[in-house]
Amino acid sequence: MEGKSAVGKTISEKILSTHSGRDASAGDIVIAELDFMMAQDGTAPLAIRSFEGMDGTAVAHPERAAFCIDHSAPSPLRAVSDLHDLMRAFASRYGFELNDVGEGVCHQVMLDKGHALPGSLVIGADSHTCTYGAVNAFATGVGSTDLAAGLLSGSLWFKVPETMTVTVSGALGPGVFAKDVALMMVGGITADGATYHALEIGGETISAMGLDGRLTISNLAVEMGAKAGLMEADEKTLTFFRGRTAAALEPVSPDPDARYVEAVEFDVSDLVPQVASPHTVDNVSAVGEVEGTPVAEGLIGTCTNGRLDDLRVAARIVEGGKVAPGVRLIVAPASREVMLGALAEGLIEVFVEAGAVVVPPGCACCVGTHQGVPGDGENVISTANRNFKGRMGNPEAFIYLASPATVAASCLEGRITDPRRHFD
Amino acid sequence: MVIKGKAHRFGDDVNTDYIISGRYKFKTLDMNELGRHVMEDLDPEFYERLEKGDFLVAGKNFGCGSSREQAPLALKAAGVACVLAESFARIYFRNSINNGLHALVCDTSGIADGDQLEIDLESGTIGDVTTGAEIDSGPLPGVMRGILSEGGLVEYIKKYGGLVAEREGE
Repeated sequence: MEGKSAVGKTISEKILSTHSGRDASAGDIVIAELDFMMAQDGTAPLAIRSFEGMDGTAVAHPERAAFCIDHSAPSPLRAVSDLHDLMRAFASRYGFELNDVGEGVCHQVMLDKGHALPGSLVIGADSHTCTYGAVNAFATGVGSTDLAAGLLSGSLWFKVPETMTVTVSGALGPGVFAKDVALMMVGGITADGATYHALEIGGETISAMGLDGRLTISNLAVEMGAKAGLMEADEKTLTFFRGRTAAALEPVSPDPDARYVEAVEFDVSDLVPQVASPHTVDNVSAVGEVEGTPVAEGLIGTCTNGRLDDLRVAARIVEGGKVAPGVRLIVAPASREVMLGALAEGLIEVFVEAGAVVVPPGCACCVGTHQGVPGDGENVISTANRNFKGRMGNPEAFIYLASPATVAASCLEGRITDPRRHFD
Repeated sequence: MVIKGKAHRFGDDVNTDYIISGRYKFKTLDMNELGRHVMEDLDPEFYERLEKGDFLVAGKNFGCGSSREQAPLALKAAGVACVLAESFARIYFRNSINNGLHALVCDTSGIADGDQLEIDLESGTIGDVTTGAEIDSGPLPGVMRGILSEGGLVEYIKKYGGLVAEREGE
C-alpha cells in the first residue's frame, strides 16, 4: 500500500482500503477481495445461471462461500424443490458449504458459523446482509450476478461510501427494546435518508445493548437506503465469536479525525414502543397511535428478531396466557442454534402451551412464500423488517412491524397492544 | 443510439416487492413469466398498458427494498427499455446495469404519464417530445459504463475473465 493518507478514515474507508490494497477514500471505486460470499434460495438460482453464463469453471475460494436454503424451507412446491436441488448440486460440484432446510435464516447462520468477522468484507445476495455490520463487518447486499462475479473471481467492485454517524443515547425504559430503537431510526431518517451511505451506529444505548439487539438495528440499515450499518466491536462482540472461529479477530475502528457527511443523534430515554404501519417501513409511530387495531396473525422471528433474546422476551409475556381466539402466532427461531437454545430454556414449550405455532428455523412467512400467508383484509403484526403491500404473499393484507414484545402482547389480546403493561 | 417510447409514471419509493412480488419470483427463473406480473400490487393494469420499448419514470428511491435481481430482469422481459428516476436504491441500480437495463438519474418532475420520450443512450439526454423539454441525466461511474457497453456483467466477465483493474474508472 503506497503512502498513508494524512486524513483519518472511517470504518468503511479502512476496510475497503485494506481489502483493495489501495489508500481509498469515500467516492473512490475499488476492486476489493471478499472475505465471504453468500446467497439464499431466492437469489442463488439466478447466481448459478449467471456464473454459468460467465463460463465459470471454478469457485475461486470455496472456503469463503455458502448457500442457504431459508426463504422457502421446507419447500412448499415442486418448482421450488427443483431450484433447491440446483443449489445443492452447484455447491457440491464446486465444493462449498450449503446450509439446508432447518439450518435457519441465512443471516443468522452466517453469524452462528463465524462467517462474518469484525473487520471483514462480506457480500450476500440478500439486502439484509447489512445485519453483520453490528459485528463490525463491512457487509452489504448485492444482486445475484454480482454474487456470481464474486464466486468466480473472489473480488467485486465497490464505490467507497460516505458515512453518516448515528449516535444513540439514553437508557431504554421497561418494555422498550432494540426493535423500537430501529423503527424510530427508520422513521426519523426515512426510506432514502441514508442512500449510498454507510452508517456508523454507536452511543451509550448501543454499548449497553446485547448483541441480539445490535443485530436488529443493523438489520434495518438497508430500510434507510444504507449500504452498510456498522458498529464498533467491543467485549460483547469478541465474546460472541469465541469458540466460533479460529481466526484472529481484527476489529476496525474509525480514526478520530475521520470525515463524516452527517451526524444524527437520537435520545431514547423517553422512547415508547414503536410500530411501522402499512405499507412502508418508515411509516412509524408510537404504539399508542395504532393500539386497538385487531390482528389476525403474528410473527415472531426473521433475521430482524428471531434470536434468543427476542424469544425470551416473547415467552415471558405469553407464559401462562393464551393466544387470542382467531389469532395465529407464528414463532420461527432464526437458526438451529437458536432453536436448540430455546428448547433448552423451555421457551418452545411456553409458546406451544400458549397456543402459538412453532415453525422450522427459516424466513417463515416474512417474504410471502409459505407458513402463514395472510387472508384478504387481515392485519398481521410482525417482527420482520418489511411491510410493503403484498410482502407476505397477499396484497389484500396489512402488515404492522413491531418488537417481539409488542407482537406477543398483541397476540394475547387479539389487537395491537402496548407491551409495557407486562413490564411494571 | 436513440430509443423512443411512452412514459409510465410512478411515485417515490417504488420497492422491488412491487416491481415483482416474492410470491411469483421464488418459484421460477422464467423472466417472461415474471414479466407478466411486474408492478402488479401497485398497478394491476400496468402490464396490459405497457408497450415494448416504453419507459418507466419514477420519483426518488426507485428499486428500494429487496436485492432481488428479478426486478430489473422482469421489467426488461416485460418490454421496459429504460427506467428514469430522481434517484435509485443502490442494489437495484447495480442489478439494472448488470443486466443491460439503462437506469438514468434525472429530474423527472416535468414528465407526465403518457409523454412521448426520446432518449439518447450515449449522451444520456432525454427529450420529452410532448412538452418540448430536454433533460440531462447524471454520468455513470466508469466501471458501470464498461459493464453496460458489453451488455451486462455476464458478458463483461465472459469477455475479460474478471473485473479489469484499469477499467475501475475515475
